[in-house]
Amino acid sequence: MMIVLIMPVILLMLFGFAISTEINDIPIAVVVDEYTPEVRHDLTALENNPYITLTGVIEERDVDRVLRSGKVSAVVMMRDGQRNVVLDAANSSMSVSAGSYITSILRSGTTMPLAVTTYMRHNPQLKSAYNFVPGVMGLIFILICAMMTCVSVVREKETGTMEVLLVSPIKPMYIVLAKMVPYFILSLINLATILLLSHFVLDMPISGNLSTLLTLCVLYIILSLMLGLFVSTMAQSQVVALLICAMVMMIPIIMLSGMMFPVENLPPVLKQISYIVPARWFIEAVRKVMVEGLAMSGIIKEFSILCVMTIALFAGSIKKFNDRLE
Amino acid sequence: MRSILPILMRKEITQFRRNKVLPRLVVMMPIMLVLIMPLVTQMDIKNISVVVLDDDRSLLSTRIESHLANSDYFRTPESAYDYNQAVELMDQGRVDLIVSIPAHFERDIRNGHGQPISLTANAVNATKGGQGIQYATQTIISAVTEIAAESGLSSYSASDLTGAASLITIQNRYNPTGNYRHFMLPALMIIVLLLVCTFLPLLNIMTEKEHGTIEQINVTPVSRWEFILAKLIPYWLLALLMIGLAMLLAWAVYGLVPAGNPLNIFLGAFLFSLCMSGFSVTIANISNTMQQAIFVLFFFVIQFMLLSGLFTPISSMPTWAQWLTYAFPPRYVINIFRSVYLKGTLLTELWFDYTMLTVLAAFFYTLATFTYKKQN
Repeated sequence: MMIVLIMPVILLMLFGFAISTEINDIPIAVVVDEYTPEVRHDLTALENNPYITLTGVIEERDVDRVLRSGKVSAVVMMRDGQRNVVLDAANSSMSVSAGSYITSILRSGTTMPLAVTTYMRHNPQLKSAYNFVPGVMGLIFILICAMMTCVSVVREKETGTMEVLLVSPIKPMYIVLAKMVPYFILSLINLATILLLSHFVLDMPISGNLSTLLTLCVLYIILSLMLGLFVSTMAQSQVVALLICAMVMMIPIIMLSGMMFPVENLPPVLKQISYIVPARWFIEAVRKVMVEGLAMSGIIKEFSILCVMTIALFAGSIKKFNDRLE
Repeated sequence: MRSILPILMRKEITQFRRNKVLPRLVVMMPIMLVLIMPLVTQMDIKNISVVVLDDDRSLLSTRIESHLANSDYFRTPESAYDYNQAVELMDQGRVDLIVSIPAHFERDIRNGHGQPISLTANAVNATKGGQGIQYATQTIISAVTEIAAESGLSSYSASDLTGAASLITIQNRYNPTGNYRHFMLPALMIIVLLLVCTFLPLLNIMTEKEHGTIEQINVTPVSRWEFILAKLIPYWLLALLMIGLAMLLAWAVYGLVPAGNPLNIFLGAFLFSLCMSGFSVTIANISNTMQQAIFVLFFFVIQFMLLSGLFTPISSMPTWAQWLTYAFPPRYVINIFRSVYLKGTLLTELWFDYTMLTVLAAFFYTLATFTYKKQN
């Protein structure tokens, strides 16, 4: 079971450091007709910009080739005062940023008449980590907890020990709880390491109350363990239970939880579906507590939704558990 | 011995068809991922809730306000008296962006000095905050230029603005409509392949292990290679079938057809399924229980999904992480799919990706035969 303790740590570190949507290295090439002073000025401006890597000067006929092979993401064509920026817009969201970076560098000679000052509240350096660390926490907890408990009941069914449990005088509630306890303790150790690492190594702030954060995380862990148990009582074999917990649940959690793609943008039907993804509520609440520093009163909606989900899953597992085998 | 392979394969296919869940899963997955998930992948942010604090109350500031209200990106459901109240609304999550226009803004801008407009964004989600600021700045600039053009006042120095803009033209290639879904669709097809070619062979072998039937195979004269091939060939065919289905769906629903040769895509998909199935057989060989095997596989698959440039660009990662991705097969196949689909890149221009996939496939198969022991 060492892997259960080490895996979350490695994943959190990897994703916390490596996942980023900041665009900080745009490889570009230039086409130059004639080296006028203006062209030289623009070339130095592009060269000195930290976000842009000038890979070299190319011929005009090569423009399509270098873009197509993916060596550069943009080509700036400089001819008699005209600047034509050709972007590889395959990744449309990145090309918009690249286009506006390059335009603003090329424009820098002329003074902007309109001054605008901007403030990025809660995240002045625009770190992606503030967005991704809560997301990764939400993803790792729910999948690992569910994968741990999802075989517990179905394994008894496969090996035939389920009959023994069913005829024993122990109440189903105690059996279900007893199955959870060891995994719960394991998850608490995980929670401690994950929170310590995200605060001290990944520089996540804990602006809110620590006890609020802990209550929230413990609730989420219980919910995730319950989810695994519920799958376990429903599934017919270990294969199906593990497939559901590891493979089928992974995609909606990544895509519908607001970890990668903002939930506000979802089309109405998918928005409805995202309401039943527990990670969605957890990630939102963790962001509020860790980054924005809200107290319990600020996350009461998310917290109660998670509570209701936990109770529903618990009731569901006990009900299914009680059903006689065919 | 010549004919043992087809017989073993027939056994695999029969077992697969007899399963209640698996065949449905295999049909449903590409449909779900290719039909529904592209709707989720929408990077430009709409419905940014903005509140305008107008201390100027001039023609210009009202114009800025109406431009913001009429923009597709913004909506103005809330109003606030002062900055503090607006910040409070932001903390409650009801406002994403505060635009505060200082008093005498229009007069000052005519004189060419004065306090700037201040924009405050909730940047907990860095992308959303940054994009909100970017759109708002563009909207404000367009409002200023419009007023300047109407009143014909050069003192706005708007001619500088428009003059500078007209010298720079921007041309978007390969995806002129800027449709982010077209960028994500090929990648979503990879997810189908990634999941099917790893989880299914792994669970198949682990079931044989847990039921003890693998020992019956081990005592037969079937060689290691025949056993592994018979297990995997059905999944390779399945992978190609699923990619075909996904490509048909992408064409029928989203109108996306490869700009390059579709055979290049199939070649990439085939090499990739070789890689991933070899990888999963290796994990199955070294694991004792099904749960353990799934944990190990999950550990790698989630890295493949999140670090291979599927959702976030590899170029944004720190250098050490970029080096790490060279060991990830999905990195190459994602590049192949996207390049061929959107840019029509030729096979020869992608030689590095195809070579790396072949090398990795060879590596994983060596590892798989090496770790598979017929005796304990």
